Amino acid sequence: MKPTSALLAALALLAALPVLAASAPGARAAILDGFAERARAADPGFEGFDGERGRALFEGDWGLGKPDTPSCTTCHGPDPRRAGQTRAGKTIEPLAVSVTPSRFTDPDEVAKWFFRNCRSVLGRECTAQEQGDFMTFATGL
Amino acid sequence: MRTSPPLLLSWTAALMLLASPAFADGPERVPPLTDPVVRAECGSCHMAFQPGLLPAASWKLVMAQLADHFGEDATLPAEKVAAIEAVLVSQAGRSQKGEPSPRITEQRWWKHEHDARHVKPERWTAPDVLSKVNCVACHPRAERGDYDDD
Repeated sequence: MKPTSALLAALALLAALPVLAASAPGARAAILDGFAERARAADPGFEGFDGERGRALFEGDWGLGKPDTPSCTTCHGPDPRRAGQTRAGKTIEPLAVSVTPSRFTDPDEVAKWFFRNCRSVLGRECTAQEQGDFMTFATGL
Repeated sequence: MRTSPPLLLSWTAALMLLASPAFADGPERVPPLTDPVVRAECGSCHMAFQPGLLPAASWKLVMAQLADHFGEDATLPAEKVAAIEAVLVSQAGRSQKGEPSPRITEQRWWKHEHDARHVKPERWTAPDVLSKVNCVACHPRAERGDYDDD
């Protein structure tokens, strides 16, 4: 590669970086918008999401689902900025977006884990309001 | 023609090998799992087990009860379930005698390799082990299908 083309390639890469960096927050915003839309459809009095309600959901000792997982913290651990551990011994990347920037960027993954884990902890699916609150909590950490 | 004793012996050995699954006596190797979907979906809570560790009938049982996957909710969209099952079944281990079990830890070879003579009972509750499905705790190359380490 000639020095000029190497320079051009490097410049192209640099130019692409802000786009890459912007894509994760953009994906999160789209997912959160989807929750807001569903929350409004379920309750016309919907007033937005609240990270503190999300924190209460995360920290609550619910014990309404599977006996082994009474709380989100059972597997995620008490501090969302630190890694958790599955019951099979595998590491769970921290929930906090500031530590794991890829969190809440893939709508299929978000839907899958809320579906499974809400049933596991609460014994039911989470509402759009709850999912948006939770996401707001994890994104604001 | 009379079959000589050494030949008879080797036939017996061959039959014993055929009758056992991937492992005869002593941990060995199974082909690594390469499918990216299976690796990702089956590997998020536990090590993504190699298809060769269970016979096809057992994998079918596993995939038929994902909503209660050994106590966990492992629900997936139907098309993903079908794609994963196809990989697991096509690369499954040898079929076994008797009722198929969905648990690797219920397979005859597994029980033999992990009985009290091979594994001290207190190892199972050690904090670095935590669970019998945590293969890598004792088999460092388990992710690659290499269990030949004791």
